[in-house]
Amino acid sequence: MMNLQKCGELYISFFKIGGLTFGGGLAMLPMLQREVVTERGWCTEEEILDMYAIGQCTPGIIAVNTATYVGYRQAGFIGGVSATLGVVSPSVIIICLVASILQNFIHLPAVLHALAGIRIIVCALMMNTVVTMAKKGIIDKLGAVLFAGGFILACFTPIPTALIIVAAGIIGVIAKRIGGKKTS
Amino acid sequence: MIYLTLAFEFFKIGLFSIGGGMATLPFLMDLTAKYDWYTASELANMIAISESTPGPVGINMATYAGYNAAGIPGAVVATLSLTAPALIIIIVIAKFLENFSENPTVKAVFYGIRPTVAALIGYAVWELLKIALVITGSETTQIAYTSVFIFLGAFLLLQVKRLKKLHPLVWIIAGAVIGILFKI
Repeated sequence: MMNLQKCGELYISFFKIGGLTFGGGLAMLPMLQREVVTERGWCTEEEILDMYAIGQCTPGIIAVNTATYVGYRQAGFIGGVSATLGVVSPSVIIICLVASILQNFIHLPAVLHALAGIRIIVCALMMNTVVTMAKKGIIDKLGAVLFAGGFILACFTPIPTALIIVAAGIIGVIAKRIGGKKTS
Repeated sequence: MIYLTLAFEFFKIGLFSIGGGMATLPFLMDLTAKYDWYTASELANMIAISESTPGPVGINMATYAGYNAAGIPGAVVATLSLTAPALIIIIVIAKFLENFSENPTVKAVFYGIRPTVAALIGYAVWELLKIALVITGSETTQIAYTSVFIFLGAFLLLQVKRLKKLHPLVWIIAGAVIGILFKI
C-alpha cells in the first residue's frame, strides 16, 4: 500500500513537471529541482545533475529518462513506470486537443498563411539548433568529417538513419582506441 | 494493423534517438516517405505546435504523429512505444551501472554520435526547407524569394544573444503574423 501511494505521488509530481514546462530537456531543470528536490526531497541537487548527464547519453527523451530514474529509485520498476506515465500524460492530452481543434480551422486562408509563415520560422529555429549542436559536438577534424558524412549519407542515400547513428558510435570507439594507443 | 506498425516504428525511434527530443526529427522525417500518416509539410506544423505547447518536445511530436496516423489511440500507442526503450535502458543502468556517463567507452560512443546527430537534424531541416522555400506549381517549381528572405532574416536575428533567449513561442507567433501579412 505504501508503494501504491508513492506511485500516485510520483505520477502527480511528474504530471506537474510535464504539464508546466515548455521545451523539455534543460528547460525542465528548474521545475524538476523545485518539485523533486525542494518539495518532495526525493533526491539531491547533485543527483539531479548526474541524472541529466545519464539522460543525455542514453537513448530516448531526456525528460522521460530522468522521470524513469527518479521513479525507479523511489519505488522500483512500478515507480519508474508511474513517473514516466506522469511526465507524458499532459502531452497526450494537450496535443490531442490542439490537433483536433486545428483540424476544424485548417482550411481557412488566414490559417494556411499563418502556417506557411510558421513553417519558415520553424526552419530558422531548427537551423539554429543544428548550429548550436554542431558547435558543441564537433570538437576536432573527425567530428567535422562525421558531420559532413552524416549529412551527405542522410540526404543522398537510402541508408537508414538508425544505421548511420550506430556506425558513428562504432567510429567513435575505434578512433578513441587508436588515439589512446598513440598517446600511451 | 496500424497500431502494431506505429508501436514498431516508435519503439525504434525511442531506441535510436540519442541526445534529446530533436534527435527524433530525422526519424519522423523518414516516416513521411514510408507511410501516409502525415506529409513533410504537416511535420513542420507539428514541430511548431510541439514547441509552443507544454511538455517535452520529443513526446509532443510523437503524440502528434500518432494522432495524425490513427487518432487518440494512435497518439497513446506512439507515445508509450517511444518511451518503452528508455524505460528499460534507464532501469538497467540504475540497477547495474555506476558512473555510466563517466565510462570511457560510453564517452567514445558519444564522441562519434554527437556530430552525427547534429548532421541528421540538419538533413531534416534541409527537407523542411525544400517545402517552405519552394513553390511547387503543377508544371513549374520556383524559389519563393519572400520566404527565403524571411528565413535568412529570422536566422540572422536568432544569432543575436538577447533574441536567442526568447521563447520559441514568441518566434512562432511572429511567424504566423508574417505569414498572414505577406500572404505566403
